[in-house]
Amino acid sequence: MSENLKFISPELFLVIFNLSFLVMMLFVKSHAILSNGNKIAAIGLLITGVLVQLTPVDPDPVLNGFYTSNDFTAFFKMLVLFLSSVLLYLSDAYLKKNNLLKYEFPVLINFSVFGMMVVISSNDLMVLYLGIEIQSLSLYIIAAYRRDNLKSTEAGLKYFILGALSSGLLLYGISLVYGATGSTQFDTIYTSIMYTERMLGLQIGMVFLLSAIAFKFAAFPFHMWTPDVYDGSPTPVTAFMAIVPKLAVGAVLAKVLFDIFGGISDKWQLVLVFLSGGSMIVGAFGAIAQNNIKRLIGYSSIGHVGFALMGLAAVSPEGLSGFIIYLFLYSIMMLGIFAFVLNMEKDGVLVTDIYSLARYSEHNPATSFAFSLILFSLAGIPPLAGFICKLYVMMAIINSGVLYLALIGAIVSVIGAFYYLRIVYIVYFSEAEGSLNAKIPVGHLFILFVSSSAIVIGTYNLLGVEPLTRAAAQSLLS
Amino acid sequence: MIIPIEYFLTVSALLFVIGVFGIFINRKNVIIILMSIELILASVNINFVVFSAYLGDLVGQVFAMFILTVAAAEAAIGLAIIVCFYRLRNSIFIEDANTMKG
Repeated sequence: MSENLKFISPELFLVIFNLSFLVMMLFVKSHAILSNGNKIAAIGLLITGVLVQLTPVDPDPVLNGFYTSNDFTAFFKMLVLFLSSVLLYLSDAYLKKNNLLKYEFPVLINFSVFGMMVVISSNDLMVLYLGIEIQSLSLYIIAAYRRDNLKSTEAGLKYFILGALSSGLLLYGISLVYGATGSTQFDTIYTSIMYTERMLGLQIGMVFLLSAIAFKFAAFPFHMWTPDVYDGSPTPVTAFMAIVPKLAVGAVLAKVLFDIFGGISDKWQLVLVFLSGGSMIVGAFGAIAQNNIKRLIGYSSIGHVGFALMGLAAVSPEGLSGFIIYLFLYSIMMLGIFAFVLNMEKDGVLVTDIYSLARYSEHNPATSFAFSLILFSLAGIPPLAGFICKLYVMMAIINSGVLYLALIGAIVSVIGAFYYLRIVYIVYFSEAEGSLNAKIPVGHLFILFVSSSAIVIGTYNLLGVEPLTRAAAQSLLS
Repeated sequence: MIIPIEYFLTVSALLFVIGVFGIFINRKNVIIILMSIELILASVNINFVVFSAYLGDLVGQVFAMFILTVAAAEAAIGLAIIVCFYRLRNSIFIEDANTMKG
């Protein structure tokens, strides 16, 4: 037993840290500690990241087959932990300004991260369900975190209703898969799929499972909640929801597809093609009419999810590593975007209208340049990193012969470029004078510049992440 | 006499469909949505217990226990959000959740 504990030591540490943090903050009176809760929690996440590095790698499932610990899980866990600690740091200033700085916020974020770690490592549908619930229950609460604000509570309400419906779908799918194969463990299901006589029940269950995960991933046709929830939630929460759960859900989707249903890939490839093509189209056309930067990011994230799914629809090791690279670079770019968007303020009040950015470049040339560079990369303009990762997934899909999906991707990225470039146009050449007058903190500027230089350096070697993703993809497929 | 498994599965599928339609067709009250979610989870529980009994495998019943627990937590969070919403809007009708569009 105790030798098994070393595989879940990061999760154990995080949950113990979090509970003791919660209790400690309840009794602490010192203002210095209370106002730095976010930073303390971020340090806790970083320590968890170190523990993930120290966790031994085992090609076989551990803890009686309930859990895995391999290159794939380590890669995604490190990414999730690192990004959430950066986001905790970024949200500090916003929460302070809006009088929202309570210690519940980092606690809920950390519990959500704990859920994601469980999800990423799960090797059993029961663990998967519990992980997804831990993750999303915390997210429902922080979406409604500004409970004196109608928009925020409404966002929380909508997210809760659709999220609860999607967990219902997930459970129904799991129950059918369990009935058809007699097990909830990934590898047992994988082998018994070959011999099952209840193929129909299995396939219906699989479709339910995939649609529930697509719900959490905000892929078409389950994307309706995304713009509203992104718009209504406080901006730090939007930043968190746009970046970190995407990684965890992406990891679990890849896992479900290849570890459980890997033997019947011909049955789910078309579903993935549909999800991917639909999301790309909705993402591109939905965002055109948006003037609110948070809704625009919502639609943009739907489109990017579509591109990432293209890698999975290729059903090849190449496509899988393209999928991981895409999620990685997407999260880096979004981090830069939000380091800027969190500081879009006029006289201390947050504005989300993109026309408030008008001629922002005249007073802040360096910031505007970095911001525009990231927008160019999101639009997929060569040679930036956003183009390279699109290239990876497209190559993969072309090599597996689904040419029309690659064609949709190419057309849609041209249409999508319009609304990214519109923001760049407003920042540089707009007629009117904008009204933003916030001073961006040095730390936020640093993250913005790191993100934008990362996408430039990334064109050369993808930040050295390619061998890591290949190892991750390999350990998932073996 | 053994009751065929199809009977149970039909009941649970019906419950599931009623739950899903309760969410989509219902245009009035958020509380009804909460009840529909509970219906969906109950139908899943029936499924799990029935499969567990017919397969002679205990995992399904353990899973059903977990679902019961999580459903309680979920209902608590949902009600808390609804209370917040009611305080600000003085209504829990769905058509009043309309500050954001587009």
